[in-house]
Amino acid sequence: MKSLQDLKPLIPYLRSYRRQYLRGFLALLCEVAFWVAVPQIIRLAIDDIQNSLTAGKLASYAGLLVGVALGKAFFLFWTRMILIGISRDVEYDLRNNLYRHLSTLSLRYFQRVRTGDLMSRATNDLNAVRMLLGPGIMYSGRTLIILAAAITMLVHLSPKLTFYSFALVPAIAVSVSYFGHRIHERFEAIQAMLASISAKVQESMAGIRVIRAYVQEESDLKQFQQLNEEYVARNRSLIRLWGMFYPALEVMMGLVAVIVLWMGGREVASGKLSIGSFVAFNVYMGQLAWPLIALGWVVNLFQRGTASLGRLNAVLREEPEIADSPALRRAETKRFAEVSGRILASGDGDGKGSVSQTQGVAIEFRNLSFAYNGRPILRDIQLTIPAGSTVAIVGPTGSGKSTLVNLIPRLYEAPSGTLHLDGADIRECRLKELRQMIGFVPQETFLFSSTLRENIALGVEVATEEQVRRAAEIAGLLPDIEDFPRGLDTIVGERGITLSGGQKQRTAIARAVLRNPRILILDDALSSVDTYTEELILNRLREVLKGRTAILISHRISTVCGADLIVVLQEGKIVERGTHRELLEQGSYYPALYQKQLLEEELEQA
Amino acid sequence: MRGAGTQGKSGKGAGRPDHHEEEVLGKAYDSRLMKRLLLYLRPYWKTVLFAAVAMIFHSLLQVVGPFLTKVAVDRYLVVTDRQPTFLDQWLSGDAFTGLAQVTALYLLTLIALFALEYAQTYQMQMVGQRAMYDLRMALFRHLHRLSMKFYDRNPVGRLVTRVTNDVDVLNEMFTSGVVAIFGDFFSLLFILIVMLQLNLWLALVTFAVLPLIVVATSLFRRRVRDCYRRIRVAIARINAHLQEHLTGMSVVQLFNREDKSFAEFEKVNREHKQAFLDSVFAHSLFYPAVEVFSSGAIALILWYGGQRVLGETLTIGILVAFIQYAQRFFRPIQDLSEKYNILQSAMASSERIFSLLDTPAEVESPERPVNPERTEATGGSVEFKNVWFAYQDEDWVLQDISLTIQPGETVALVGHTGAGKTSLISLMLRFYDVQQGQVLVDGVDARLQDLHALRRRFGIVLQDPFLFSGTIASNIRLGTESITHQDMEDAIEEVNLSEWIRTLPQGYHEEVGERGTLLSVGQKQLISFARALARDPAILILDEATSSVDTETEFRVREALNRMVSGRTSIIIAHRLSTVQRADRIVVLHKGRIRESGTHQELLAQRGIYWRLYQLQYKDQEVAVSGDD
Repeated sequence: MKSLQDLKPLIPYLRSYRRQYLRGFLALLCEVAFWVAVPQIIRLAIDDIQNSLTAGKLASYAGLLVGVALGKAFFLFWTRMILIGISRDVEYDLRNNLYRHLSTLSLRYFQRVRTGDLMSRATNDLNAVRMLLGPGIMYSGRTLIILAAAITMLVHLSPKLTFYSFALVPAIAVSVSYFGHRIHERFEAIQAMLASISAKVQESMAGIRVIRAYVQEESDLKQFQQLNEEYVARNRSLIRLWGMFYPALEVMMGLVAVIVLWMGGREVASGKLSIGSFVAFNVYMGQLAWPLIALGWVVNLFQRGTASLGRLNAVLREEPEIADSPALRRAETKRFAEVSGRILASGDGDGKGSVSQTQGVAIEFRNLSFAYNGRPILRDIQLTIPAGSTVAIVGPTGSGKSTLVNLIPRLYEAPSGTLHLDGADIRECRLKELRQMIGFVPQETFLFSSTLRENIALGVEVATEEQVRRAAEIAGLLPDIEDFPRGLDTIVGERGITLSGGQKQRTAIARAVLRNPRILILDDALSSVDTYTEELILNRLREVLKGRTAILISHRISTVCGADLIVVLQEGKIVERGTHRELLEQGSYYPALYQKQLLEEELEQA
Repeated sequence: MRGAGTQGKSGKGAGRPDHHEEEVLGKAYDSRLMKRLLLYLRPYWKTVLFAAVAMIFHSLLQVVGPFLTKVAVDRYLVVTDRQPTFLDQWLSGDAFTGLAQVTALYLLTLIALFALEYAQTYQMQMVGQRAMYDLRMALFRHLHRLSMKFYDRNPVGRLVTRVTNDVDVLNEMFTSGVVAIFGDFFSLLFILIVMLQLNLWLALVTFAVLPLIVVATSLFRRRVRDCYRRIRVAIARINAHLQEHLTGMSVVQLFNREDKSFAEFEKVNREHKQAFLDSVFAHSLFYPAVEVFSSGAIALILWYGGQRVLGETLTIGILVAFIQYAQRFFRPIQDLSEKYNILQSAMASSERIFSLLDTPAEVESPERPVNPERTEATGGSVEFKNVWFAYQDEDWVLQDISLTIQPGETVALVGHTGAGKTSLISLMLRFYDVQQGQVLVDGVDARLQDLHALRRRFGIVLQDPFLFSGTIASNIRLGTESITHQDMEDAIEEVNLSEWIRTLPQGYHEEVGERGTLLSVGQKQLISFARALARDPAILILDEATSSVDTETEFRVREALNRMVSGRTSIIIAHRLSTVQRADRIVVLHKGRIRESGTHQELLAQRGIYWRLYQLQYKDQEVAVSGDD
């Protein structure tokens, strides 16, 4: 509970559930009211027993006790239902918000942050926050109310005894918070270690082929063992403390009982306190033990919860690096008609338009320079891609080809004013519509573990069987699909069959084609496809995508030679540009590349 | 409160991620599993024994408090005719001195309680930690023995869950669950004995509520079991969804899938919430119910005991002690039902862990491995004799493959995607065992050789260049200490990466990020290339190793390769035929069969599949060249 400031982000959630909280606390108050009555009944009963009462009166005490217990139970039920229930609601809300927010963050963010880390925030940290909001609030509220009620009652019974028995309470509070803090620190260290172990296993299992091929099992085990030993060591330091925590609390509560026995006993012996009051006192203290210890637990919950909330917040506060400008968001439809109208000539917002309706988009890079993590990747890119033309990009590994095409769907953000689509700055186009008109096949294919059909139809609202099959056919995937017993309903990925690299790439191509994009981008998307299939796919793509703008990145001359314009990128700069023939005449890198391929051929033919 | 504490814990237990295997949920107690789990405690049996003894004494001492209260009340606070207890002979007759004595005794008990509980908790939790350490190591070791077939079937996330979370759930059982049940049991037993001892009839009357509690507990258990199963399934789904969509977020965004993927997520999230709300209902009902019963017991004590006090057959002290005992008696029962959840999770986890440990390794070194003699004729040779192979059933990937690769020979494997090239290589390394036929390496059946010795013969660059988080150097060495810095530099030089490495601030010690994310695919491939070269292997395998490297880099790499392949057996898979032309022999695989074999010229002359592949790749260039001329 270092600062309540940390809890601020929860206020909106607390506010939207304020009615439930109010009801929950009302139920809690009623429950405590009944709770307070129990020892009083016992006191009266015992005092009466001492003063000899009738059996009938005794029965009525017993009945009263059961009645009070029923009342208490009724309200306890509602307290729990309401207060714990809220925490589940808030957890649900928070998780949804977290997910929604994550889906607005940019590629760069996901490259920077580890998936496992985000996962643990969405589960473990969220759970810690929930514990704070539910049990945390419920038990702290309950303890405070019970304490207030109990002290009132106890003072009424015997102020002196109350004073002495509560002398230890500050000590309990201080030690609970001290222990809680230290325990929390050590707990965090353990969690961090567990995360490292997870990461290690994750990596080893993912790279199992390499480990096997290079016979690194033993060295891998040794690394794992080291992490494991560290984990045990950290656990030991926690257990040393944790093992002491509850026993220490119990001792302190026991001390309170000792004080009551000693002081109270003297009072009773000297006739200043009735035996019934003495017993009631004991019962009160006995029932206070757990709420007081709960206080320690709650302190813990709050500490964990705030730390976790901090981590959740770090994600939630992360501003989407790439988003529609505020002006664009405000403008809504009017500007949309104006700007997007220019870009989205056909007004085809959901990718269902027919081929003839769709036209390409002119893309212009104006003196674009781009750096990633401080490293310059692209320099002074000046490139105009007329609507409907095909541009191919070649260049050595790491020359910035992928970065360049990632700027177009705004996976990376180009500096303002350097990238224009149909004459408008790319930032003036709404993100959603921009991406809607792009069919992007990334270098590394990502398929979801669902059916082939769903993977292909990923980018469209609805797709008929016909459309999906047609897209698969264009991508050269149809023969493979027909080989699968379940056809398009074959499940791929973790839960289904593993596709080959080429099949994956062709699925990704089909996915892009089905969107009927106005810009098609293939980022080395045919590298795992053999030349024969590649040829077929390219031919069909040319046909289908007539009139669209296409950008192809490839290492193969055969892929790029048909392009309207070939651009050679080297160290982030365009060093050559022209058609296949022009480049062969004027260029240096391209002809060299070509020559090298020819050289091979000639050498062999010689 | 303790109940709530454990609820939190078990909630977290259920919160541990798993992927798809959560639908199955066994019983809460399975003696077969438990026996096997206890085996992991055997090495620490002395400590366990110590902890158990400490716990029994702890439970015993817990009974003392109310008893002392009773003594104090009966002897000094309420003067009645009473049966003297064994303590009375030592206690002072004076009320104040006597009270002081009783209080002192109470204090001593507390100190002993503290020491016993601390000793017990510390020892038991440490035993738990050590046992879990052993179990994790056993799992990880076993995972390294399992065949590649296993990895084809099991997603990585699931395996990670087994090693980390499932083991941790077990840990919770060892530390809080089982031990506490043991402790609770003794507490109950001792309280029972003392109550019966103090007053038989009053004790029996108190226990009248027990059947009610048993019924309530079993109803609760049944209800909660279903809830927890649903919760686990929902958590597994949430995690699977998150894992997948976070990894593929850019695809989600590129294809405007945000809303749809959110809708899917919201659905599983809602299932999760609903399952929990149902369990909240069950808990909310159960706790008050137990409290009503416990109050009922106190009412019975007051009513029946009160009458006996009136009839002077019972002392007030016993009545008071009974009230205190009754309060303590019901808490462990409430706890027991909570422990049930921990136990249930633990059983489910151990079921999964043991089924993983029981998965046969399939591909293993023989007991007495044959060490190949490696004569000039066989050392470095690879031979396939009528090999049939399928990943599944009769779905043949390779059919009747016979192929001999001579020592020092460079063989290129060519064929369409899915022709079986990668499978062929996996068999050489014995990632899988063949269904029919034989694979011989160095002239000896791979199955007869020591697995590790066999694989050390190869240097392999896999289709998917996999880098581990760490530095460039650690990725080249991969734990093989014998590779010197010079070896590494030479390898890097040969794949033309040395210039690039010089530009890095940390040079060889530059971090590559998780899975090498900080590098491009091409760079990753070249590093995995250097990794193979640094080992100077007898047989070099390149599986489409250069598909993502630009032609220029590949050209330079190939120069190095030309040096590398001389004097060692090499097997090259490449889509680009330019890569493979220099091979001594080209083998064309088509639909799992060897269709053509020969040199580049011979194959071209055959005008078969190879010729077609070749034509397709070079047609464009030829056209361009003739145009130029």
